[in-house]
Amino acid sequence: MATLRYREALNQALREEMTRDERVFLMGEDIGVFNGAYKVTQGLLDEFGEQRVRDTPISENTIVGMGVGAAMLGLRPVVELMTINFSLLALDQVVNHAAHIRYMFGGQVTVPLVIRMPQGAGHQLGPTHSHSFEAIYLHVPGILVAVPSTPADAKGLLKAAIRDENPVVFIEHEYLYGQRGEVPDEDDHVVPFGKAAIRREGADVTIVGISRMAVTAEKAAVQLAEQHEIDAEVIDPRTLRPLDLDTILASVRKTNRCVIVEEGWPHGGVGANLAALIQEQAFDDLDAPIGRVTGADVPMPYAKNLEQIAFPHEPQVVEAVRAACGDL
Amino acid sequence: MADHPLPEPEVAREWLETMLRIRRFEERAGEQYARAKIGGFLHLAIGEEATIVGSTRALRASDYLIGTYRTHGHTLARGSEPGRVMAELFGRVDGLCRGRGGSMHMFDLERRFLGGYGIVGGNLPIAAGFALAHDYLRTEDVTLCQFGDGASNQGTFGETMNLAALWNLPVVFMVTNNRFGMGTALERHSAQTDLQRKGEGYGVPGMECDGMDVVDTFRVTTEAVRIAREERRPVLVEALTYRFRGHSMADPEEYRTKEEVEEYRRRDPIVTFGDRLVAEGVVSAEERAAMDAEATRIADEAVAFADASPAPEPTSLYDDVYVLGGEVQGWYSVDERGAGVRRGEDIG
Repeated sequence: MATLRYREALNQALREEMTRDERVFLMGEDIGVFNGAYKVTQGLLDEFGEQRVRDTPISENTIVGMGVGAAMLGLRPVVELMTINFSLLALDQVVNHAAHIRYMFGGQVTVPLVIRMPQGAGHQLGPTHSHSFEAIYLHVPGILVAVPSTPADAKGLLKAAIRDENPVVFIEHEYLYGQRGEVPDEDDHVVPFGKAAIRREGADVTIVGISRMAVTAEKAAVQLAEQHEIDAEVIDPRTLRPLDLDTILASVRKTNRCVIVEEGWPHGGVGANLAALIQEQAFDDLDAPIGRVTGADVPMPYAKNLEQIAFPHEPQVVEAVRAACGDL
Repeated sequence: MADHPLPEPEVAREWLETMLRIRRFEERAGEQYARAKIGGFLHLAIGEEATIVGSTRALRASDYLIGTYRTHGHTLARGSEPGRVMAELFGRVDGLCRGRGGSMHMFDLERRFLGGYGIVGGNLPIAAGFALAHDYLRTEDVTLCQFGDGASNQGTFGETMNLAALWNLPVVFMVTNNRFGMGTALERHSAQTDLQRKGEGYGVPGMECDGMDVVDTFRVTTEAVRIAREERRPVLVEALTYRFRGHSMADPEEYRTKEEVEEYRRRDPIVTFGDRLVAEGVVSAEERAAMDAEATRIADEAVAFADASPAPEPTSLYDDVYVLGGEVQGWYSVDERGAGVRRGEDIG
């Protein structure tokens, strides 16, 4: 096992896939000469040249659309959008084109495109630069959605995404880029889509954490054990489409309680969707309403104190779990 | 108009024949729409046949074509079976896209017609992506991307022109200027009405052709395709044309006068080209009539084929949303979690 930062793990995945398959190439804003806004593509221009590491103008919709076209003709484009906030400008190409082309043309072509982008709040970037949008992409049939929370998953899932024949929205997290973790040394560390990770085993309650919130949930679980004698099981779905609902249901059937933690807004959120799925499948196993901890239902404020209370931290998770366990 | 010389007689005959087949096909499609055999929107290109045939004939069979929601004629010009095009309009299983796309979303991979697209301006970035692939794979292929005058106002127009010029991509953009963005006239929707100039500031030179003249359209597009293929850079061609019918079948046409339509109808590209071929002795009046009768017969046959084709099986609803299997496991679609057959997985 090597200890790597999340951004280094992603960089390894890109390098290994570009080495393995000449059809893989990168396009995005400031990914080449600048080495990436978050340094994920550090060194790749020098190593692979301008044909395969392409700096683009600031034209999100067209960058993604060109990725769609290149993928339809057999290439494996990996498009980086500087942040998920700007992906709204590309939503037409993601939804009307990347997601629908295979279906609406009767299966004649595939679109093996990966769109990478980070999300998340916490850097005082205000309303337009602090979004978490996994719920928007989860909503759309035809694309896969990955939300890796560890360096090992970042690497393994990105390699799987590049090899997949489906278009993949690959959601990284700004906070996680600098986080370290163990990454398997094996030559070809691939993490399959649709397989959740149980981060911590527990008997009393299931906490499902999405993206960065899987990390927050794990920290909250330690507090719950140490301070409240609550033994929480923490699940990180890792991909939202496909969703490993079976692992989540098995856990809920064991613990009979569930709290879902996400950074995005509450209405129409990932937790809202997951709560519906769980109650449909495991209603009789639930001893308490499913709890949700979400971002506040407001545009993200700039002021540090306001921003910090506008997205979940460990105390909110602890409180929601204690409520679900009747401990309050 | 200054007539450019005709091509070889058999080529000229094939152009007339193809334009007639598109016209009769679309007329039949309009009738079937009125009989509710065709649903949704139906955008006919009647009047624009010279633009379609003249431009596509400038391509090699190995080149790629991409268009808009008005591309029945483009599929036929590329050689798609008329019955399968009509079956797509009917929403039947033998349609080009198995009834998934309909009128606005035609596609024939085999003939390198890579799509009709329903979002105005949505196909431009995709076309540049094809051209990027030609460049990346070092092929001689060229992409011809057609869109309407309305699309020239979309953000993707400027973004794509810039990127295509910046990266020297082998793509020909053709703005099919039929003078209306749906019901809004050109001079009411575009500050620059000389549309061939709209790429200049991005480094994409413009050319213009008479889109009502198949010979001129072929001549200009041929040069544009040559530039893209040999000089490896994009070109914007403006084809000046006109559609005789409404934007779609649901168009009362209150935005233009009957007189204007009549004036353009006098320049009907099929009639004028047919007249010229007769006048120059390329076809006889009898041959021309026989060609027309054959076009009608093919259109009727297409309708019969479509009518006989079954509707898609309900169990096929989930087919082709995802490529299943391989390294990707687990659940893809939420509503596949019910008891019983997991639809869509049995094709994996």
